[in-house]
Amino acid sequence: MLGGMSDFHLAQFNFARLRAPLDAPEMAGFLALRDPLNALAEGTPGYVWRPVSPVEGADEWPYGPDVLINYSVWESRETLWEYAYRSGHLEAMRRRREWFERAAEVYQVLWWIPAGHRPGPDECVERLELLRREGPGPRAFTFRTPYTAAEAARAEAEHATITQLDAARAG
Amino acid sequence: MDDVEAIAALRDPVRRRLYEYVAAQDHEVSRNEAAEAMGVQRTLAAFHLDKLAEAGLLETTGRRLTGRSGPGAGRPAKLYRRAAAERVVSVPPRDYRTAAELLAEAAEEAELDERLWRAARLRGRELARDAGPVRGLDEAEALLARRGYEPVREQTPAGAVLRMRNCPFHVLSERFPPLVCGMNLALLEGAFEGSADLAPRMDPRPGWCCTVLAASKNNED
Repeated sequence: MLGGMSDFHLAQFNFARLRAPLDAPEMAGFLALRDPLNALAEGTPGYVWRPVSPVEGADEWPYGPDVLINYSVWESRETLWEYAYRSGHLEAMRRRREWFERAAEVYQVLWWIPAGHRPGPDECVERLELLRREGPGPRAFTFRTPYTAAEAARAEAEHATITQLDAARAG
Repeated sequence: MDDVEAIAALRDPVRRRLYEYVAAQDHEVSRNEAAEAMGVQRTLAAFHLDKLAEAGLLETTGRRLTGRSGPGAGRPAKLYRRAAAERVVSVPPRDYRTAAELLAEAAEEAELDERLWRAARLRGRELARDAGPVRGLDEAEALLARRGYEPVREQTPAGAVLRMRNCPFHVLSERFPPLVCGMNLALLEGAFEGSADLAPRMDPRPGWCCTVLAASKNNED
């Protein structure tokens, strides 16, 4: 069974390369915005979860130093979108080039997860890789090319079957 | 109904005024309210409102205004609000929207935000030059209304602001928010550069234009 929308939540992951270390003076504007924006996210309808401690280029991420990691879970694409682009967060997005390098590659990915699931770094990296490799699809997509939770559930089931078959063949 | 017919439905002057009235409200409008505001008979207002709904320019909902329900509560009042669909007619046919989307997509990929905003600021200055000097929120309100922003005055703890009910770049602003909302801000910055008492800034809210125009406290009209 595919279940209702509320059985699934939307995970988002992105990273950005800092123009200077976080404690450098040119990053002060960004640092001043970060905590209020996180607090705003947590108070936004549809917000579900984000990792508690800030993650900056930590060892479990393959992106090197001076990288800002961001991931969170939302009830729907719409609730995440309204926060990202129709709240005080938009101003930070508009000014992002002051603090972050130009992105040479895709740096943001969205995917559906079972409600209650908490994605870890491996899962985030894997989904971004999938998006980079295959372009937007039901298992890893973008705001501009979204997929529904039902489409994702079907694709996940197919993917699980194929993985099992491959494992059986190999074993 | 196609776009030509939808727009043709606005040809009647009473109907057009009714449409503009409903579009300007921040709530759904009943037949009684519309009739009173326009100073016309309720049946005439109802006739034109339903024509506008048939044309797809307004949407209707039914709600009991009294809050009563069940038998004896009466029929729910028919309420009207502006339809979300956009209507464009161009003779001869033109498709600037596809061109705009492709240009925006390329600009975003190439990270040309700053270039776009510089062009928008220059265009804003040109608009201001054509419109003449603008002082105070009243004059700004008139200019913004002419540009299609549908400004509404709002009191905030920091003073009066104009908040815009309509985003003239709506579809693009949803597809490319930082790029296009930044462009709109730059356009307004350019337009009000010469008005020392007025300052546009971002203050996004769902369903509204992302920019507000604030009056500096000393010079508020």
